Amino acid sequence: MSTMTDPSKQGFRLSQLIYDTRYRSMTIQVVAMIVLMLFFSWLVRNTVQNLEALGKDFNFGFLTQPAGYDINQRLVEYSSQSTHGRAAIVGILNTILVAVLGCTLATVLGVIAGVLRLSKNWIVSKLMTVYVEGFRNVPLLLWILLIFALMTESMPQPRDFRGDSATASMSVFDSVAVTNRGVYIPSIEFANPIFTETWMNWLLLLAIVVGAVVAIRRLGAWATAKQEATGIRPTTWYINLAVFIVPLAIIMTVMGAHFDIPALTGFNFSGGTHLRNSLIALWLALSLYTGAFIAEIVRGGILAISKGQTEAAFALGLRPNTTMNLVILPQAMRVIIPPLISQYLNLTKNSSLAIAVGYMDVRSTLGGITINQTGRELEGMLLLGLFYLIASLVISGAMNIYNNSVKLKER
Amino acid sequence: MTQQSSQSLAYVRTEMIPEQTPPITEVGIIKWIRENLFSGVLNSILTILSLFVIWTVLSHVVPWIFNGIWDAGSLKECREIRDATLGANASAACWAVLTERWNQLLFGFYPDHLYLRPVFAFLIFMFALTPVLFSDLPRKMLWLTIASPFIAYWLIWGGTIWGPLAVAAGFVLGAVAFQLLVRTAGTLAAVVLAIVVPILYWLFLAGPITSGLSSMLPIGIEAIDSKSLGGFMLAIIIGLAGIILSLPLGVLLALGRQSDLFIINKFSVGFIEIIRGVPLIVWLFTASLLLNYFLPPGTNFDLVLRVIIMVTLFSAAYIAEVVRGGLAALPKGQYEAADALGLDYWKSMRLIILPQALKISIPGIVNTFIGLFKDTTLVVFIGLLDPIGLSNAIRATTEWNGIYWELFAFIGFMFFIFCFGMGRYSMYLENKLRREHR
Repeated sequence: MSTMTDPSKQGFRLSQLIYDTRYRSMTIQVVAMIVLMLFFSWLVRNTVQNLEALGKDFNFGFLTQPAGYDINQRLVEYSSQSTHGRAAIVGILNTILVAVLGCTLATVLGVIAGVLRLSKNWIVSKLMTVYVEGFRNVPLLLWILLIFALMTESMPQPRDFRGDSATASMSVFDSVAVTNRGVYIPSIEFANPIFTETWMNWLLLLAIVVGAVVAIRRLGAWATAKQEATGIRPTTWYINLAVFIVPLAIIMTVMGAHFDIPALTGFNFSGGTHLRNSLIALWLALSLYTGAFIAEIVRGGILAISKGQTEAAFALGLRPNTTMNLVILPQAMRVIIPPLISQYLNLTKNSSLAIAVGYMDVRSTLGGITINQTGRELEGMLLLGLFYLIASLVISGAMNIYNNSVKLKER
Repeated sequence: MTQQSSQSLAYVRTEMIPEQTPPITEVGIIKWIRENLFSGVLNSILTILSLFVIWTVLSHVVPWIFNGIWDAGSLKECREIRDATLGANASAACWAVLTERWNQLLFGFYPDHLYLRPVFAFLIFMFALTPVLFSDLPRKMLWLTIASPFIAYWLIWGGTIWGPLAVAAGFVLGAVAFQLLVRTAGTLAAVVLAIVVPILYWLFLAGPITSGLSSMLPIGIEAIDSKSLGGFMLAIIIGLAGIILSLPLGVLLALGRQSDLFIINKFSVGFIEIIRGVPLIVWLFTASLLLNYFLPPGTNFDLVLRVIIMVTLFSAAYIAEVVRGGLAALPKGQYEAADALGLDYWKSMRLIILPQALKISIPGIVNTFIGLFKDTTLVVFIGLLDPIGLSNAIRATTEWNGIYWELFAFIGFMFFIFCFGMGRYSMYLENKLRREHR
């Protein structure tokens, strides 16, 4: 943006550093650099002095010391004898769990609400407008607290399920119990697992599913090639079905997979998976709140594709189905995906509101109890910040790659 | 066939049939219902489903709201009145908590006899804001706008009048330094001095001047501690301060990110990405736990001020990204045209680029503001009594133990009004500034 001036005839004068546009930008940058360095060295000096005054040092040794506190929801083995580092990992996994669950549900809700808001049905579109405006304009924290209060205050106690005069009953074919202590759902257990670690078994199942999906895609590619060569598309749906189900069924039978259905024993339910109120409240509130934003994104994306695109596709003789897949969706996705990913990022960061309901995410373990017990605020907050920062940078890096791959190639 | 014959033929009609009324299913409300609600199987199912949802919600909420009890001293009393008038376990809200704790919800623990001060402060502030929001008001009102933050600060926190005046004098000094030097020493030197002189003044002179003046002329009003601020007053103070301070900072950061100057560019990028990558809660904890590490030993400054600084930095990073989008959306020709006119960087930005870029970014900026205002609720986690913190405090008392929904409904309703209002204002602004032909 700088404008060039004629080179001066005389030699270099000091005032040129300010008035000559060739040197001015250099001067500004050097001055800015010096000010920044001074500022940071001032911060570091203060920190060193303050740490000395408090008799603290700066090291991360506390991560290998025993944590001494319990975490009520853990995806990997953990006990109060485990280290602070392990506690941080448990917290990170819990954050990821609620983020993944939340993103999934938020996408489903958002897409449904966004599409329905464009519906010609007056009452449905108005209902969705109320949903979107209502959730967008009220703080997320309030929704989390509200749903948590709803779960703990308005749901039946486990003892209400007991006896002949039970006031509450289990839903979904007597397999799900919604109580004020959380929701109990059936879990899949393995009678004779292949690996001793539970998560390894799940990893195996996941690998098989991914393998099946890859095989199905290869099959689809083969069918397309065949269609292009001969003009006839071979029927593949039953092969697809078999590829997907047969290996999965075999491995499930081998491992003796069965449902473990929660049942009322004593004062509480046992068996199945216990979803705590904190998880449910956080999950639902995050999903409903982010879903409202996603609905607006989806609506905007659909509206952004002009009607001419559909008409042009029809004029080319494409069927509605193909039009959607080949013309509308690729263009709408280009508009929808970037803000969608940034909503996922927001959701992940907002999951730190877990503190409101006592969900043990990374902020509660590493950034909460660990800091309180070891007094290492500086190191703990630094690690916590780094975790979130790396998570966002990774996700936004992936988004940039995607953006570049779908960008309109111009000029 | 001639005219004559067509007239004389008996079976040819000579006058028009009067218009018939359309079938009942094709007019008015029935037509509308058929077209909008029951145009197909799927639509009919959706309509019935929506009606069911609406009915379920309304049948629970409406009696609860309108049966509400407004006059009671405690939740227990509320329940007794309800059981006596409406029957046992009827659905009725206990709005009495709002009437009884109204002042607390609005002002926190601000001393009761001084409530008029924050009210005045907000009225003055709102009045001062009108010339900014609506451009057809007289421009002279902007002087009040400039003075209003100091007046509002003084009215809310109280204390000696010389403190805000001394801070304000710094800005005056800066302006004077700029005016004096812009003729003789050129723009850049003037700008640098207009920044450096007030900073030096605030660092070294403002403190002694304030204490000297206040000991000589003790003009002041009762000082209020930050700990007594709370309720919606606190949310509005943090929200407004954050909004007003973060916009200029965000614009500067966006310009920095678009800048050709390597160091400034990289610094802006790093600042924006680091701030945006970490949740606000972590920043707030940083402000409350760590800030004392970074400042010279013995410094201790107000928690509310720290929160305002953090919230400002946080939303400035978001605004910077929004404005950057606006800057990037401008056609390159605008930049080139500004250069071709011979404008320098700041003039081209001020007169050509920013007015257009900011106009494009209005929806995004307002959305960031709405987010900021909603995020003021997070201060509850570092011990400030915002509305949600107060709702916890109220629930912890014996009279109101166990009251949830009324407080949540009230707080949610208030936030909804503020945020929805801001959203509508942004739509008004967008329409007003739209220049394309419609």
